Amino acid sequence: MKTQTMYEKIWEAHLVRASADEVPILYIDTHLVHEVTSPQAFEGLRLNNRKVRRPDQTFATMDHNVPTTDRSLPIADLIAAKQMETLAQNCAEFDIPLYDIDSPEQGIVHVIGPELGITQPGTTIVCGDSHTSTHGALGALAFGIGTSEIEHVLATQCLLQQKSENFEIRIDGILPYGVTAKDIILAIIGHIGIDGGNGAVVEYTGSAIRALSIEERMTVCNMSIEAGARAGMIAPDDTTYEYIAGKRFAPKGEDFDAAVERWKQLPTDEGASYDRTLQLNAADIAPQVTWGTNPGMVTDVTGRIPDPADMATADEKTATEHALAYMDLKPGTAITDIAVDRVFIGSCTNSRISDLRAAAEVAKGRKVAENVNAMVVPGSQAVKRQAEAEGLDEIFRAAGFEWREAGCSMCLGMNPDTLSPGQRCASTSNRNFEGRQGKGGRTHLVSPQMAAATAVTGHFVDIRNFQ
Amino acid sequence: MEAFKEHVGFVVPLDRINVDTDQIIPKQFLKRIERTGFGEFLFNDWRYLENGDPNPEFVLNLPRYAGASILIAGANFGCGSSREHAPWALQQYGFKAILAPSFADIFRNNCYKNGILPIALSADVITALSQAAQNTKGYQLMIDLEEQSVICPDGTAHTFDIGDFEKYCLLNGLDEIGWTLQYEADIAAFENR
Ligand code: SF4
Repeated sequence: MKTQTMYEKIWEAHLVRASADEVPILYIDTHLVHEVTSPQAFEGLRLNNRKVRRPDQTFATMDHNVPTTDRSLPIADLIAAKQMETLAQNCAEFDIPLYDIDSPEQGIVHVIGPELGITQPGTTIVCGDSHTSTHGALGALAFGIGTSEIEHVLATQCLLQQKSENFEIRIDGILPYGVTAKDIILAIIGHIGIDGGNGAVVEYTGSAIRALSIEERMTVCNMSIEAGARAGMIAPDDTTYEYIAGKRFAPKGEDFDAAVERWKQLPTDEGASYDRTLQLNAADIAPQVTWGTNPGMVTDVTGRIPDPADMATADEKTATEHALAYMDLKPGTAITDIAVDRVFIGSCTNSRISDLRAAAEVAKGRKVAENVNAMVVPGSQAVKRQAEAEGLDEIFRAAGFEWREAGCSMCLGMNPDTLSPGQRCASTSNRNFEGRQGKGGRTHLVSPQMAAATAVTGHFVDIRNFQ
Repeated sequence: MEAFKEHVGFVVPLDRINVDTDQIIPKQFLKRIERTGFGEFLFNDWRYLENGDPNPEFVLNLPRYAGASILIAGANFGCGSSREHAPWALQQYGFKAILAPSFADIFRNNCYKNGILPIALSADVITALSQAAQNTKGYQLMIDLEEQSVICPDGTAHTFDIGDFEKYCLLNGLDEIGWTLQYEADIAAFENR
């Protein structure tokens, strides 16, 4: 019998055309759209007199440059406001459902997709954003595309795609106390490097992955792109079905049962082979902190800043020197000796309710250190409401954190939430590139727990010993 | 899209690995709703000083590399976000081709769709070409897409790989959407399955 991986199954089920000498045409079930990467795609449609083929399979929201302060005020950044207005006009013109800034469903596109039940196992999902890999946590094939491809999907509901390699990353064992999904993915990137997944669709397997909640799985899949992978995915299981049941766009009643039966066929067949496999042991993973200017420049919280002289290649030596100069760090410094000015808890990596609960547990009854400015930005309005219902906002405020409206915020600093030059930030987001959170800003990526603990002590701490 | 067949141009070496899309075009320039006007912001944070003056040390600002249309860079060029603003900025600045040991996936796809040719050559060849560009003022290369080859002034040729379809689209300046729409009947049949 033919055995297949989950990726192969989803791939084959979506081929509109596949003849040997042509680029395959892949059908796209769901297209998510946001304000920053879409205007030029809609413009292209208009110029060529084309329609949106399936507005019913397209969903739009505003997240990247929305302000996270009082929403009843007009938007101060006029260019950002124009971009949002353009999205609203485009959605109206092409009949696409939009969760705009005033919608109770508004939020980061990768938070609201799963939250609304739009993200479903076995489907193909694209969005003009590289962290679309997040949706793979529910067993979907989900990946980021550029603006030309957005236009392509709008017009045809298809993409011209070459099949990728399939890379299994297997994590077995039990995660130690204080070690989170964020640490798993950072440790993986540290291991394989930021180009270690180039050209591949990663499937995360193993007992440690199975034990994760859906929100934790999203954190892992979210950062697949930081290892260069096209997509990351995790096979659906009972945890997945429970998560989806009852969500707004999820199938209901008998349809749901039938869908679950279909979804059960998705996991990789026993004996199917991957192009590559990597195995790690969960027990070996410690809380992670990045020290450099890409997510692969990462170490255990107990580690020290590396010495460029110890790097294996000349390129890496130069890159490390550049990174340390930018980050203003000296080789040999203990991670826990590094003090921060800012703390950001948010982004499509770590802004869901479980992330906020974990951070609140650390913040509860404590105070943000003097000289530290800390903010919490929920991933969606729904997460914000839930957190407020649980009183998490009170815990954060009492501890001195700012409590904001939903959006991408300081993950990329397109809105007014940015670092000033030279400021150092513990951030739960996914990219520590130069200038990512503001020109001259210095970003260290960590888990929500670690970020909250850093906020109260003023420097990085090992959450495992944090009392 | 403009067709790409053959190109002869000056070369500028950017001696860095993992150049990410946040460096190629920082996010403050992503708010435009047009496809144009990005070239002047290419590599903004490296290219300009705090006061807005050109950074005299950044390689693109060195007079000897003025007018370059071929960029040579380190491995994993274009990693990070899916923003197509990155190839738009490169193209609008005047680059026609980028040579590196490797490229990030989404970035590479985005290049093809904008008439820029991303060429992966071995790290040794890249180092050699980069050094030649540093040592020889006005160093030029010729790129022949039909032959899939990069030709040096001394006649040495380095061949590169490219998918048949990408090559076909670039050579003909083809609109991919038009291509897919020829198969509208297949798409409709798929949707009715
Ligand atoms: S939160 Fe950050 S990474 Fe996620 S979609 Fe927004 S900008 Fe992109």
